[in-house]
Amino acid sequence: MAQQATANKVTVVALVENEPGVLNRIASLFRRRAFNIDSLTVGRTHKPDISRMTIRVDAGPEYARKIANNLQKLVNVIDVRVIDNEPHIERDLALIKVRNDDAHSRNTLTEICDRYPARIVDVGPHVAIIEMVGTETFVEKFIDEVRPIGIVEMIRTGVVSMGRGTRIHDTSVTRRGLARATLQASAARNGRIV
Amino acid sequence: MRLTGSEIIMECLLREGVHVMFGYPGGAILPTYDAMAKYDDRLHHVLVRHEQGASHMADGYARATGEVGVCIATSGPGATNLVTGLATAMMDSSPIVAITGQVPIPAIGSDAFQETDVTGVTLPITKHNYLVTDVDELAYTMKEAFHIARSGRPGPVLVDVPKDIQNAVTEFIYPEGPIILPGYDPPASADKYEIDAALRLIDRAERPIILAGHGIMMSGAMQEVRELAERAQIPVALTLLGKGALPEDHPLVIGMMGMHGEASSNLAIQEADLLIALGMRFDDRVTGNLKTYAVNARKIHIDIDRSEINKNVRADVGIAGDLKTVLNQLLPKLESKSHHDWIHQIRDWLEDSSERDILNHETPGVLLTAQVINDIWRLTGGDAITVTDVGQHQMLEAQYYPHQRPSTLLTSGGLGTMGFGFPAAIGAKFGMPDEEIWAIVGDGGFQMTLCELATARQENVNVNIAIINNHFLGMVRQWQELFFEKRYQATPMVNPDFCKLADAYDIPNRRVTQRDEIEDAVAFARSIDGPTLIEFVVEKEEMVYPMVPAGADLHDMKRRPKPGEQ
Ligand SMILES: Cc1ncc(C[n+]2csc(CCOP(=O)(O)OP(=O)(O)O)c2C)c(N)n1
Ligand SMILES: [Mg+2]
Repeated sequence: MAQQATANKVTVVALVENEPGVLNRIASLFRRRAFNIDSLTVGRTHKPDISRMTIRVDAGPEYARKIANNLQKLVNVIDVRVIDNEPHIERDLALIKVRNDDAHSRNTLTEICDRYPARIVDVGPHVAIIEMVGTETFVEKFIDEVRPIGIVEMIRTGVVSMGRGTRIHDTSVTRRGLARATLQASAARNGRIV
Repeated sequence: MRLTGSEIIMECLLREGVHVMFGYPGGAILPTYDAMAKYDDRLHHVLVRHEQGASHMADGYARATGEVGVCIATSGPGATNLVTGLATAMMDSSPIVAITGQVPIPAIGSDAFQETDVTGVTLPITKHNYLVTDVDELAYTMKEAFHIARSGRPGPVLVDVPKDIQNAVTEFIYPEGPIILPGYDPPASADKYEIDAALRLIDRAERPIILAGHGIMMSGAMQEVRELAERAQIPVALTLLGKGALPEDHPLVIGMMGMHGEASSNLAIQEADLLIALGMRFDDRVTGNLKTYAVNARKIHIDIDRSEINKNVRADVGIAGDLKTVLNQLLPKLESKSHHDWIHQIRDWLEDSSERDILNHETPGVLLTAQVINDIWRLTGGDAITVTDVGQHQMLEAQYYPHQRPSTLLTSGGLGTMGFGFPAAIGAKFGMPDEEIWAIVGDGGFQMTLCELATARQENVNVNIAIINNHFLGMVRQWQELFFEKRYQATPMVNPDFCKLADAYDIPNRRVTQRDEIEDAVAFARSIDGPTLIEFVVEKEEMVYPMVPAGADLHDMKRRPKPGEQ
């Protein structure tokens, strides 16, 4: 599949504490510094108290590093990495509702979906919903092809990324975790159990 | 030991070495005020007259001592009154911890009486903030707040404590050992290749200059910077907040840089082939037009905040680290150098400046701010801690009160907060009881926080207030004179009688209108163990020169005409 990374776009990946207000802090930082963000996604990881963010920036790696340096200053941001040249996997997901009320559009739609990793996930007499997953460019190419049929509604998740190979970007240390351990140790030292 | 949340706050403050806090009570913080009574012998509470004053006092305390200053306020309006002080501290990297009361947790989000989203409001103007939602997390949060406030690049931290958390009772466990925060790891030392790259640039430079900032004092790197300057014979220009980093009478110190800096410093920066920026952040008041700023110079930038490097000025060698540590890595490999021609060139520029110096002009019959400040300098042996407000008098203080010791000029640089000076001076006195403290304030700015006269009286704080009364918002008037054809819109002031005002607060005072009265008045102020106020009635339309107009090229200064030239 022709899925290469979009030119001129840089990705910043951040591991953040899954605590109330953290997203607000990050949004506030971007607004305050007038950082231009292409897309931002947040999701859970396999560790309950850690979330992971993927930030896409339509600018050079220097700009991305600026963002990374500022993000790193936030106490709740555990680790930041700029994914620039290193090999990585990226995915964007789009739900696209298109008009589907004549035979011609139905046929065209099926034909296009066959050539892409796209699925028709809901069909009715008037509209259908397609799910398309791929790199950002690939999703955009797909959208361009579908557009003439008549898009009536659309949502994209924004890009998520993961570096390839054994360079693991993960952590299990959190502030709360460390705090709990310190308090337990302090209590034990004073002969108390908590 | 079972304690209430309020008592836990007090216990934590004691463990941080706090012995004074500045604050104002109210409903949502009342349990904590009630707990204070029990700790009164070890923790002194200073009742301010406006929470803004409390925030500036904590800031002044922090700037003077390098320790964390503490202020405390109730929810809603009490907390929002802290905002200006938090923003001021944030811009100048001053470590303060603000404790605010909040409505009880069940009421949060209901627009309860005096409820404000304080963590939301202060998010962009604090280094970090907390809303405590579990009394068992209170002690750890307090310890973390102090750690974050004072470590790395210092800054204000706010802890918002709901009233029910203050009342809740729990087993008090103080977290022992160091605080480790996974997402917070201020850089410490430089990599070897960075040190080598910096050394190469220093070795090759013919016209190097050190830009000395506030970070030098926060890192305690005064001796290291001095060694660097002396061994490699590099002239040192100071930022406003960098004053005191090296004694100003040191032969290599060439004065302040920037908008109202010494012409010689600004010219030297523009002519230099290497800038060594130490603990400073290339503020626009320092650089002028970035496009023409030091275009021929390579740049070494050392700062503890990685995000400052390459923010405004591209660094050829950018080192994120603690200045003292980094310089101690660099110094053992630094070779002696000399830059005779370069230093000679700067001396020539300095001579031209002194010809233009207002103190060397005949000015019969008028009292000038520069004269007042220079006389205060002389009469205090140049050894007082001066705390300024914002405006012309602030810049003239920077020009005419040379500072010999670190942290003896306290001034709001980054935010330029009028109303800062007087309360910050009170805070400084609590931190440095043995130092002579002068608040040098404008007639405009003083009126923004003069309610703290009552605080100074109640606590009998030995600060000397010098009001520089030009009957104008002088600095704004200066801009109007230069850029708005003297249309003095909203800058002339009809002022109260400051001496009568002082009388009303029972504060000894004097008014000075002639230069020959200064000595007596200063001696009077110094002789009294408590607050004093001197009003200096000065020339109304004085100018501060040199001046680089906002956004202009740094070398494009408006200079004071030489005698006979005007
Ligand atoms: C809180 C605040 N409001 C407005 C300003 C804008 N401002 C900067 S200097 C200045 C004039 C200050 O006048 P004064 O305190 O009399 O000092 P002077 O310049 O006359 O020495 C003003 C209004 C400011 N810096 N801070
Ligand atoms: Mg004035």
